[in-house]
Amino acid sequence: FLGEQCCTMKILTLLSLLATHLSASSVNIEENAGQFFSSGHTNNWAVLVCTSRFWFNYRHVANTLSVYRSVKRLGIPDSHIVLMLADDMACNHRNPKPATVFSHKNMELNVYGDDVEVDYRGYEVTVENFLRVLTGRLPPSTPRSKRLLSDDRSNILIYLTGHGGNGFLKFQDSEEISNVELADAFEQMWQKRRYNELLFIIDTCQGASMYERFYSPNLMALASSQVGEDSLSHQPDLAIGVHLMDRYTFYLLEFLEDIHPSSKANMNDLFKVCPKSQCVSTPGHRTDLFLRDPGSALITDFFGSVRKVEITMETINLTEPIQQVDGSVSDGSSVVPPGVHR
Amino acid sequence: MRWEETVVEEATADKEDTSAPETVVQSSVPQPKDDFQEELVIRPLHSGDIYASFQFRTLWETDFMRGNKVSHYRLFPKSLGQVISKFSVRELHISFTQGYWRTMQWGQPFLPSPPGAELWVWFQDSVTDVDGTWKELTNVLSGIFCASLNFIDSTNTVQPSASFKPLGIGNVTDHRFLRYATLPREIVCTENLTPWKKLLPCGSKAGLAVLLKSEKLFHSSFHSQAVHIRPVCQDWQCKTTSWELRQTLNVVFDLHTPGQGKLEWSLFKMFSRTLTEACPLASSSKIYIDITDDPQGEQFEVSPATHLLSQAMVLGDRRTFSVYDLTQQITFGTVRSLNLLIRWKSSEDMLRPLLHAERYVAGYGLQTGEIHTLMYNNHPYRSFPVLLLDSVPWYLRLYIHTLTVTSKGKDNKPSYIHYQPSKDRVRPHLLEMLVQLPPNSVTEVTVQFERALLKWTEYTPDPNHGFYVGSSVISSLVPSIVAMDTNSTREQPLFSSFFPCKEESSYFMRVYTEPLLVNLPTPDFSMPYNVICLTCTVVAVGYGSLYNLLTRSFQIEEPSPGLAKRIANIIRKMRGVPPL
Repeated sequence: FLGEQCCTMKILTLLSLLATHLSASSVNIEENAGQFFSSGHTNNWAVLVCTSRFWFNYRHVANTLSVYRSVKRLGIPDSHIVLMLADDMACNHRNPKPATVFSHKNMELNVYGDDVEVDYRGYEVTVENFLRVLTGRLPPSTPRSKRLLSDDRSNILIYLTGHGGNGFLKFQDSEEISNVELADAFEQMWQKRRYNELLFIIDTCQGASMYERFYSPNLMALASSQVGEDSLSHQPDLAIGVHLMDRYTFYLLEFLEDIHPSSKANMNDLFKVCPKSQCVSTPGHRTDLFLRDPGSALITDFFGSVRKVEITMETINLTEPIQQVDGSVSDGSSVVPPGVHR
Repeated sequence: MRWEETVVEEATADKEDTSAPETVVQSSVPQPKDDFQEELVIRPLHSGDIYASFQFRTLWETDFMRGNKVSHYRLFPKSLGQVISKFSVRELHISFTQGYWRTMQWGQPFLPSPPGAELWVWFQDSVTDVDGTWKELTNVLSGIFCASLNFIDSTNTVQPSASFKPLGIGNVTDHRFLRYATLPREIVCTENLTPWKKLLPCGSKAGLAVLLKSEKLFHSSFHSQAVHIRPVCQDWQCKTTSWELRQTLNVVFDLHTPGQGKLEWSLFKMFSRTLTEACPLASSSKIYIDITDDPQGEQFEVSPATHLLSQAMVLGDRRTFSVYDLTQQITFGTVRSLNLLIRWKSSEDMLRPLLHAERYVAGYGLQTGEIHTLMYNNHPYRSFPVLLLDSVPWYLRLYIHTLTVTSKGKDNKPSYIHYQPSKDRVRPHLLEMLVQLPPNSVTEVTVQFERALLKWTEYTPDPNHGFYVGSSVISSLVPSIVAMDTNSTREQPLFSSFFPCKEESSYFMRVYTEPLLVNLPTPDFSMPYNVICLTCTVVAVGYGSLYNLLTRSFQIEEPSPGLAKRIANIIRKMRGVPPL
């Protein structure tokens, strides 16, 4: 009797242990799946714009190309990058080393590289074209490489550099874009569901004025200087004869060189880039419109195109919406608690 | 590599031959329909510079114009194939050039091209709206080549009637289906080279294309890359036709740039790379070095030496070349890498080129001017006709009644003139003339013009740079010294088989002049700001002072008394006595 009872007891305990273990591991796979979809985006785009013309604005082209280089290195392909350069510095006749654009003096780092594709160049970089790219209202014969084909699950990085002032950014010395126009363009993008989250970085004088009018959700903005301050350039190169980079983007590039596709650095680290001691101006940022906590947003969410791949032997039911790890659901649908399904 | 049908005679009676199961059956592998060849021609120039010309040719026997779409692309790039079928293109020629070809110092190029971007296209006669198709085609090409070709519109497009005849086969010569446009301002840089390299079957990873590194290519006196698409005959009876895609890259390296000054060049010095293998997809991969000037090897030295020689007729001249075949492993030697070294001593002056042209703007001020085009015929006793094509933007208003053509001081009447006047903001001037150039002479074509005042929105962001006028095109059949071979379908090096040759005694040549840079009357765009500041200052100071003078009235006021006096006044008020 005791033997039989013992056996059945043992079998029962074993079975219950097995059941709890299995249910625990299936809860783990649910959590893993929750973490998998936690950022809410499936593709990455970048719009990088240099708005200045003429040889003495070499540093603005170098700024844009260094961000282009970082973004490409972290995985965003050329087909997802819209690069707009208002003037050609690399093959300019004043360039003592043709087909190169350097970011460090003594010509250490050639940010132009051998594999660059510029989508809008020269006279094509205008306020109208920039706004058309953002809102998607382009003539039907525009080629794909010149379009921003983002959807509601795209994270977009927008980087602007050039000469600016309180409330405006100058395009090619002949026209300006105001902060109101920019805010309205982003609202158009939000209404048409053209982005999931948007990171806006601007490196100009009085750059913080450009983001003070934003009112659409899921926007995070960084600027290199506050209203009333000038953004300064970093270092001249005597062989080339002009200043090579702006301070904010120089330290941003240094920061990004340490980021690799599996890095876990988050936005709070990005806000610390270039303090006043290095930048002379005070960089600013704005996160009140961003629905997630900036500490949970990874750098690679915007600067890289990281494909999350995890191998698992378990099965998971995806017919019900997955509860995200931090409890938020990005598209506003109602949250259904996940059951333990097999 | 060419495939060949392998026919194996099966062992007839030996049944015990089962050891090595070589089951190579009588295969009926069809001949592949596409073929890729690459070649590089290096020609040392008399001025000490060196001229390198790459040509990559893909031939494909297919029909893009058929109803069912072509879907399996192998060597031919898919982006260009889709462009051809979507826009019903019969011939497409596009070139991007940085620098100007100096004919008097360098001789004639294999494939001439004007500075900037040039695009000319023959459409099929099934196209109904050629202008609309042209506009869409330029937009699509601007995306493919990362260039601002979308600036090509009706204000810089012309339809030449005689100058740009089709270079491929076909019987449509109605010039309504031809469009020609140039963008002289277009900059060429790595972003144009990158998509051009991606069109090659081997990319830039194997074969001759590994030499194409942008840092060296753009540090040169002349750089031109082009894409030419046309239908050609496969055999001399022209029973089958195939589509030919040629990608060419011409570059002239300056003697003094590397700082050495010696007449010694190597592949490594030119391209900072050496060759290790041919492109595996290429049926032929060759390097030709022009040794015509010194076949005995006294003044010239090429290493590693080769015994393969080839003679070819190019530009009316019989020239000798040393050939290096990259498909043979022996070419690379024991080091598995090929670095050609060319050393020569400067020789006597070269032969003057037979046809040469110049163009410049004369006059002073910002109202009028004169365009002078000079054409030189350096042949000692033969005269030949040339076709001059001029396309001038609408903002330079040509006065055609002042057109003069003079040779040797006398009037030279052109036998054919086609002139289309411009329309403001709609189309440019088009002038085509057939002029007979007398032997050993200079022919000068002059025309006066007036500069227009543009609307303030039409100025570019840097208007003080000036406005460009595209190069003139001079096409002619130049008499050749040596008889040429007119059989164009035989195996020939690519550089000598581009222009079809119909006559034995003359060859086709095209010469481009310099583009012109013209200043238009430009307003001072800082004036609105200056005017506002000045006006506000004048109003504030002038009117304000006058207003104050007229309306201000003065009142006398006692200064407020000191503390002691104020206390005294209070005491007096309390006593009822009048204050101080």
